[in-house]
Amino acid sequence: MIARFPDRRFAGRVARHAILILTAAFALLPFVWMVSLSLKPPEEIFQADFHLWPTAFHGVENYRVALTAAPMFRFLLNGLLVCTAIFALQLLVCIPCAYALAKLRFRGRDTLFSAVLVGLLLPPQALAIPHFVLLNVFGLLDSYAALILPWVISTFGIFLLRQFFRSIPDEIIHAARLDGLGEFEIIWRIMIPMTTPALAAFGIFSIVAHWNDLFWPLIAVRSAEISTPALGILLFRDDEAGQFLGPLMAGAVIIVAPLLVAFLIAQRRFIDGLAVTTMK
Amino acid sequence: MTTLDQDRERRVDAKTSFAKRSGEHGLGWLAVSPALLLLIGLLFGPAAAVVLFSLTDWQLGSFTFHFIGVANFRALFTDPTFWKALTNTLVYAGIVVPGTVLLGLVVALLIEASPGLRGFYRAAHFLPVMSTMSAMAIVWGTMLHPTIGLVNRALGAVGISGVNWLRDERTALLALALIGIWQGLGFAMVLFVSGLKAVPQQLYDAAAIDGADGVLDRLRFVTLPMLGPVTMFVVILTAKRSFEVFDSVRVLTQGGPNYASEVLLHRLYTESFDFLRMGYGAALTVIYLAIIVLLTLTQARLLERRVHYS
Amino acid sequence: MAEIELRHIEKSYGETAVVKDVSLSIRDGEFLTLVGPSGCGKSTLLRIIAGLEAQDSGEVVVAGRCVDDKRPKERDVAMVFQSYALYPHLSVFDNVALPLRTRRLSFAQRLPFVGRALPGRGGIEKAIRAEVEQAASMLDIAHLLHRKPGQLSGGQRQRVALGRAMVRHPAVFLMDEPLSNLDAKLRVQMRAEIIALHRRLGVTFVYVTHDQAEAMTMSDRVAVMTAGELLQVGQPEQLYRDPQDLRVAEMIGSPKINVVSCDHWMSLGASLPPGVDGNTTHLAFRPEAVGIAAPGDRRLNGVVTSVENLGSDIFLNVALADGCGAVVVRTHPDVSRSEPGRPVGLQIDPACLLQFDGAGMRLRQADQVEAAA
Ligand SMILES: Nc1ncnc2c1ncn2[C@@H]1O[C@H](COP(=O)(O)OP(=O)(O)O)[C@@H](O)[C@H]1O
Ligand SMILES: [Mg+2]
Repeated sequence: MIARFPDRRFAGRVARHAILILTAAFALLPFVWMVSLSLKPPEEIFQADFHLWPTAFHGVENYRVALTAAPMFRFLLNGLLVCTAIFALQLLVCIPCAYALAKLRFRGRDTLFSAVLVGLLLPPQALAIPHFVLLNVFGLLDSYAALILPWVISTFGIFLLRQFFRSIPDEIIHAARLDGLGEFEIIWRIMIPMTTPALAAFGIFSIVAHWNDLFWPLIAVRSAEISTPALGILLFRDDEAGQFLGPLMAGAVIIVAPLLVAFLIAQRRFIDGLAVTTMK
Repeated sequence: MTTLDQDRERRVDAKTSFAKRSGEHGLGWLAVSPALLLLIGLLFGPAAAVVLFSLTDWQLGSFTFHFIGVANFRALFTDPTFWKALTNTLVYAGIVVPGTVLLGLVVALLIEASPGLRGFYRAAHFLPVMSTMSAMAIVWGTMLHPTIGLVNRALGAVGISGVNWLRDERTALLALALIGIWQGLGFAMVLFVSGLKAVPQQLYDAAAIDGADGVLDRLRFVTLPMLGPVTMFVVILTAKRSFEVFDSVRVLTQGGPNYASEVLLHRLYTESFDFLRMGYGAALTVIYLAIIVLLTLTQARLLERRVHYS
Repeated sequence: MAEIELRHIEKSYGETAVVKDVSLSIRDGEFLTLVGPSGCGKSTLLRIIAGLEAQDSGEVVVAGRCVDDKRPKERDVAMVFQSYALYPHLSVFDNVALPLRTRRLSFAQRLPFVGRALPGRGGIEKAIRAEVEQAASMLDIAHLLHRKPGQLSGGQRQRVALGRAMVRHPAVFLMDEPLSNLDAKLRVQMRAEIIALHRRLGVTFVYVTHDQAEAMTMSDRVAVMTAGELLQVGQPEQLYRDPQDLRVAEMIGSPKINVVSCDHWMSLGASLPPGVDGNTTHLAFRPEAVGIAAPGDRRLNGVVTSVENLGSDIFLNVALADGCGAVVVRTHPDVSRSEPGRPVGLQIDPACLLQFDGAGMRLRQADQVEAAA
């Protein structure tokens, strides 16, 4: 059937690539543009004719300005610190709770799980005012604690991990109890190793969300020393050096690069992880 | 005491000692207690506080406040900027949702149609999902720049004079919606691809035997109907994200010009944290919360149904 | 060493009673099988013995001591599960070594990361390795020790599960349908291996299955359960020849025992055999207790509906007239060659006839009571 219409099939393939290249260009253009500008001297950016690759290479200069005029590495380190702390604390809180909800029998379990489900409904932005007030009362605004504390509890994490823990057969846990493992040892030695893909998915979800978040850092933080990347680039833009497009674009590259590189290295993990976490 | 009584007594003893030693009860509570405390302290407590704030005239920094009933809500509903923000958000969602869903669907179908360059296309379309929006919004700002921006340069090359996209009341929201589609497209694509993978091959075989073997026939009789639930899911998800649009607005237009691109979440931020009118901001939050909760519930419903079908 | 005594065990989940007043003594070193249809509470009872589940009332006594306040690991029992319950992320060696490690290593030595470096661990690990290897070679899995459970066949996983259970020399072995996930051939082979293991270890085995053939071939004694009730405990041949309860008679033996109600019996014009009690409502007889004869006046008559030739035996399905049920007859290949459609008469050995009352309880004739006593 298909073999009888080789032309049509060929045309289909060409059409597929034509459309996909177009949409891929739409998706990639900002990245290309960003890198291109980050390598150009100011006068070339404002020139009437446009070249993708700079005629006068000004990349070193631009990146040097970006790195010295603003604490770019500080932003990245802050992002790393805040994201790691948030994720670690989330795991510390979520894992025992999810295990108990999935595998232990105790009075009030179902009520608690309903509460977790209700918690899933609350968008974090809607809690910004009371969180802000709370941190203000304790004098914690403009600190790492302000960036981390509101995110320590993740109803989503509890829900997701509970689903995964439930899929582990009871017999495994019974075997572990007979083998002499205590409950916390069961969590550590059995549940966590058996659900690493789920934990990785949750980790990717959590880290991507908080690395890229602007809303909350904008509220909680004023000083550059503890800014996360998403806020840092804004501070840089509003700074003197940020008025020049070359260094600003270089700064954007530095901010955006870590996650993108991680993504390109572990594509499948990221895509599956983010898809799994939303569909659960 | 009869033997029966003794017997019963012994059994009751066994029961209580058992509950104590099996310890599952105590252990369960021990394991959930940190989560429970945080759940109350950081989620439900604050949620209740928002509702409470919304009934007061409190401003940050002042030490007194009064309960003023629904005055904040009344003020909100008579405030034209609130209605502007609400309609803008709806318009924004009205552009972003169909744009993202349709483009995502087309891209997913094309990517899955044959293996050529599949990995590259998938990664390329997904890249915006991963990127930090505040930084990329700055980049988009330069692309939409009236003179040096890529968009107007390209339009100029074919003889069209572009406008100042982000400073023009007619185009600011449109430009933001374009950025929204740019970022959401890859995610919709991924969800559609996973939906496509779940379509059983037998259905295509059956359709082919029934005479539906052209590409369009297969699409119409098998693929699209099978993608129905995923599509609904993507629609709701994208709608939810559209209502949460903030970063691009904050970075590029701050709601301007003349509130042409003001949206709910940005309004909420400005009122609460720029003007520090917490009571008013809380009222706005309550409205916002109601909308998101409604969308999330719809989404949960859909997920549940999908689980039941499979 | 370890005899087990269950006293008035009751257990319900919510409203449904799953185990109803079960009392059972299991002797030291015995191979006892719990048999019954699935969902009748066998696994629940086993989990109660293991301490994985708390009974609502009653007590479990092991080796003369009540263990109700002991946690599973303190009860000196090992369990083999239907799904094997191997830890998928651990190698076979680590799976088998785990119960030894948790028992021999101190709390500090078991801590993550730091435990490994603590003094004394090396010597213990060496001893554990030797024991694991010994158990593995006994079960013929020594060459698999470095693999993960996912890379093993069903039979190999089964052996690893056995190894994990036996490596710490428990006083009691609990097995919950350990063979039900294997194919038929492997199942027969593993049956023999488990029997051999029991003989070699000499400890108490409590074995759960829904397969009466397994129960009959493997056990010293069989306990029959239905719907949470323990119906009868006895040696296999005792349950076969001398069931107390119609449900036991029907569960044990393949093909199933023939049951004909007295009403049918008489409506078919056959005379009740001599010595049938007045309270008897059902008469039961095994397929081998029936002979084929010419249709006759005062006996049960029927028509052959199908013939199953197993080579060594031939089973005839005989439909009784007027929809009064069917009877399976075992005959020898040499004796008769019947084909479907042939009318036959049934000749039943009166000594092998079992009588049951309306409640399904066995009624004994005077001579049978004497014989049983
Ligand atoms: N954790 C539980 N919660 C509620 N019901 C249960 C639970 N475990 C078992 N049951 C019920 O108890 C009955 C007996 O189960 P089980 O002991 O596993 O039967 P068997 O092993 O004989 O097949 C079944 O009807 C089962 O549905
Ligand atoms: Mg069972």
